[in-house]
Parts: sequence; C-alpha cells; structure tokens
Amino acid sequence: MTTQASFPGAGALRETGKLCQLGIDVVRTTFRRPFQLREFIQQSWFIVSVTVLPTALVSIPFGAVIALQLGSLTRQIGAQSFTGAASVLAIIQQASPIVTALLIAGAGGSAICADLGSRKIREEIDAMEVLGVSPIHRLVVPRVLAAMLVSVLLNGMVSVVGVMGGYFFNVVMQDGTPGAYLASFSALAQLPDLWISELKALIFGFIAGIVAAYRGLNPAGGPKGVGDAVNQAVVITFLLLFFVNFVLTTIYLQVVPAKGS
Amino acid sequence: MGVEVVVEGLTKSFGKQTIWQDVTLTLPPGEVSVMLGPSGTGKSVFLKSLVGLLKPEQGKIVINGTDLVRCSEHRLYEIRKMFGVLFQDGALFGSMDLYDNIAFPLREHTRKTEAEVRRIVLEKMEMVGLVGAEKKLPGEISGGMRKRAGLARALVLDPEIILCDEPDSGLDPVRTAYLSQLLIDLNAQIDATILIVTHNINIARTVPDNLGMLFRRELVMFGPREVLLTSDEPVVEQFLNGRRLGPIGMSEEKDTATMAAEQAHADAGHSDGSTSEDVRGIIPQIEPTPGLPFRDAVRRRKDRVMSIIHQLPHQAQQGIIESLSAEEQVRYGVHAGVPAVAPSPSPWPRQGGVL
Repeated sequence: MTTQASFPGAGALRETGKLCQLGIDVVRTTFRRPFQLREFIQQSWFIVSVTVLPTALVSIPFGAVIALQLGSLTRQIGAQSFTGAASVLAIIQQASPIVTALLIAGAGGSAICADLGSRKIREEIDAMEVLGVSPIHRLVVPRVLAAMLVSVLLNGMVSVVGVMGGYFFNVVMQDGTPGAYLASFSALAQLPDLWISELKALIFGFIAGIVAAYRGLNPAGGPKGVGDAVNQAVVITFLLLFFVNFVLTTIYLQVVPAKGS
Repeated sequence: MGVEVVVEGLTKSFGKQTIWQDVTLTLPPGEVSVMLGPSGTGKSVFLKSLVGLLKPEQGKIVINGTDLVRCSEHRLYEIRKMFGVLFQDGALFGSMDLYDNIAFPLREHTRKTEAEVRRIVLEKMEMVGLVGAEKKLPGEISGGMRKRAGLARALVLDPEIILCDEPDSGLDPVRTAYLSQLLIDLNAQIDATILIVTHNINIARTVPDNLGMLFRRELVMFGPREVLLTSDEPVVEQFLNGRRLGPIGMSEEKDTATMAAEQAHADAGHSDGSTSEDVRGIIPQIEPTPGLPFRDAVRRRKDRVMSIIHQLPHQAQQGIIESLSAEEQVRYGVHAGVPAVAPSPSPWPRQGGVL
C-alpha cells in the first residue's frame, strides 16, 4: 500500500514534486531519438502565431512608458544625456523578459495547456500511452522546446521594438536629442546584459512550457477541469516567473559587475 | 497464440474509496472473456489497470512473467506493444484524419514503407467497414464510426491481447451484433486473448468463452461462461434479467428496507421492470464466419473445462455436458443427466478463482 503523508501543505509539496519530476523527465526525454521535428516546427509556428502580434503591441507602449518615465526623471536630476542608456538597460534587462514571459505564459502556455487538457479528457493521452508511445516524448518535449525557442526569439523582438519605441517617444515627445540618445546606449549597458536577458527568456519559456504541460496532463475531472487547469497554469506560471526573475536578477547583479564600477 | 494474463489479489482505491479489492482471475490464453458489472463498479478502472494506466495498490498482474504493477516504465511501454485497446469513445487523435490515426502505431513502431502501411491500414479499415472514410476527421463522424476506427487502430499491430471497453455503448443492436461477430472472427484469425468489459447481456450470453462479474467492490465470480449463465447467485440473476428486484439498486447498493418495499410492490402486481422470462441458461456461442479457420480457443477451452468439470456447480455441469456432441461425451467419458463426478462440496459461486 502506498502511504501518503498528510500534514498541512503536503498536497502542495506533492504537486511541486510531480511538477519537478515532469521537468526532469522532459529534459531526459529531449535527447531520446527520434526527435519529433515536425511536431516541434508546428508547435513553434503555432506559438509564434498566437504571441507575436500581442507582444509587438505590448512592447511599444511598454518601451514608451519607460522612456517617458526615465526622460522626465533624468531631466529632474539633470542627466538627460543618460536617458538612452537607462532606458536601454531597463528594457533589455527587465522589461523585455517580463513582457515575453507574460505573453508566453498567457498566450502560448494557456493554448498548450488547453490542448493537452482536452486531449487528456478525450482519452487521447491514455490511448497514446497504450499504443506504446510516450506522450512526454511525443507531445510535451516539442511543446516545451518550442516555447523556449519562441521565447528567446520574442525576447529579441521585444528588445528591439521596445528600444525603438523608447527612442521615438524620447525624441519626438520629449524633445530629446537623437544623437545623445544613441550615443549613450553603450554608456551603461554592456553585452552580458543581453545574455542574461536571453537566458531569462529561455528559462521562462521552459517554466511556462512545463507548468502548462503539467496542468494540462492532470486536469481535475471533466471539461470544467480543463478550464480550471488553464487558469491555474497561467497564474502559477506568472508567480513562478516573477520569482525566478527576482532570483536571476539578484544573482546577475552580484556576479557581473556594473559597467564603469 | 495470445498470452495469458494472471491477476492476483488486485486492489484499487482512489483516496479512501475502494473501487474493488482482492480480484483474482486468469484470462486463459487465446480465449474471449467478458467482464460484466453494473455501472460504476470499476469495470473501466479494471481495464485501465490491466494496461498499466492506473496503478493498483496491491496485488499482481502478470503477463509473460512481468508484473505490470511493479515493473519499470520502460518495460511497461514494451509490454504495451502487445496490447490493442478499444476505448469507450474510440480515443482517436482529434488532429489527425482516420487514415493517419490508424497508421499511427505502424509509423511509430515499425519500419514499414508507406506502401505497406497503406496496405495494412486499408485492410483493417475494410475489416471494420470504414472504406472511403480515410480523409474524415474524428470530429466529423458518428460515435459508432469512431468506435470502429478505434478498433481498427487497436488491431494494426496484430496485438496478442485485445481489451474492449464497452464496445456496444452508443451502437445500435445490429452494429453491436456485427462488432461481436468481428471480435469472434478476429479471435479465430489471430488467436488473441480478448477481454470485453460491458453491461450488454446479449454480448455476455453469446460472445465469451469465460464470464466474470464485478459487484460491490469485489469479483462475484469468474469462470467458464456456463457457470455464470446458469448461476443462482441473486446478483447474477438480477443482472442478467434486468430486474429491479434484487441486491443491485439505483445507487450501487440497496438496503433491506428498499428491498422489502420493492418485493411488496412486486407481490401486489407491480411490474419489476423486466420481461417475465428468465434469460439465464446456456445459448450457443457465436461462431466464426464460415470460411474462416476454426477457433482453436474452443478446443483448448473444452479440454480445460472438462478437466475441472467436477468442481463446477451442478447446473453448469449439465449445461456443458448437454452442449457436447455425442462423440465428445464419449471421449470425455460423461453422459447427459449424470454428473461427471459425485458433486463434491463445490467452491462456487463465491470463489472467483483460477480455473
């Protein structure tokens, strides 16, 4: 008889354990032949198609808000020449991975979760297992990898669009000088900032994919369970992503010295 | 030939709720077995346990010397390739058309060329009467067609064990009869071990070699079809005849007060929901379509049953002996009307043991 410990919080711990186990399984199965290339490409394309437009539309005002805020702030303390530098840093290091994370979790993750969840309640997943095909290998791995790839690419896009938006608003709305904005780009920002940004996006994509797949594969009873699972997947992913972002940022700021210090 | 499935002391519960406990039975190799039971007695759970989709807490399921309850994930996937499972709703992949669905196991597990895959898939589709529906998506066809497509997909790898979860649900009586015939024909052709889970009495009476019944969290009985079909066990009698009178209630169990009230109603002339005839008794089994090979399972089963006939209850013995031809009666040394051996205190009907 399998005995299950019962104390307050045991359920949460058990779920966390299973989530981690799925993560480990996915990493392990990623290297198993044959790689599901078709599924991977289809899923990547699918995630791109649901995320790319919202991401672009979100990142323009996001970049603008940061530029406007920093613009007025720098003017108050008399450091207009650093507006460009500060907004690039803010966008690349923080804004862009977060925007990417929100959209990957909200648009991509929810779609993955709903897809797997409806397959689960239609017994498709069971049927696949019975046919001797691992659903993790066949369905989950390509989706998680697709989420990671698209998240990295989206992160690049958000950085570019955000910086361009910031430039536009700073120069057009706040009468900043184009030359000063561009020239100060490299005053504070450095290449590792871009690396950490992409690394964050990669990890966020992984987490979003795993959480979506986990909730999708374990819906609680019936079609309503799938709806709840999608909802939970998005909320859990948000919580995890913001927490992980905090941890990564802290480590990065400790490990990589700021430019000029 | 199909493989033997040995189930010993199997117990499954969800949380505190026990679904069934201490189920012990053997599916004899190559024979067709049916598991009966009222709705909600865990028949589907039993089927899912047999393929390792659910893990029972106690007991063993032994196939080819491997215990499915405790073997590694990798081994489980290997064993599963021997199974063909027909799920209740077919469980087709919604994103693929019927052709791709049926070709899926071949493409995943074999190195066959696309031409060979095509030949096998079309052959199976013809077998289940789906020719011309290759390009349809599962969402576009009726439940009966989905079911038949699910069966075709379960068959492409020539499984040694076929499990069917309610093959009749959602099918009309005619299609159910065709499906029953198809399963018997299959058994004659590939000699696979077949387990059908259902509550269709017609299937139970005409298809199987062996019959079992689950009720109240345990296996009421499992053995040669004649035993259950002639049983005096109240649950079995009520179930086979579809009566309201008896131990089975609307919710699974019935208390004595309800039973007494219903008996009073019946005594006062209120119909108990069934026709008055008793459908128990042994009727001939479906035979393979003429032209197909003889079912080896029938011969093997006869030998097996005759070797244990003295352990069976009296009516079952009579039924079996009457169904034998004159030559066979001579060969086995039995005569109609005379029990094979002086009826010893029989272990039936409570023991659902290995026969």
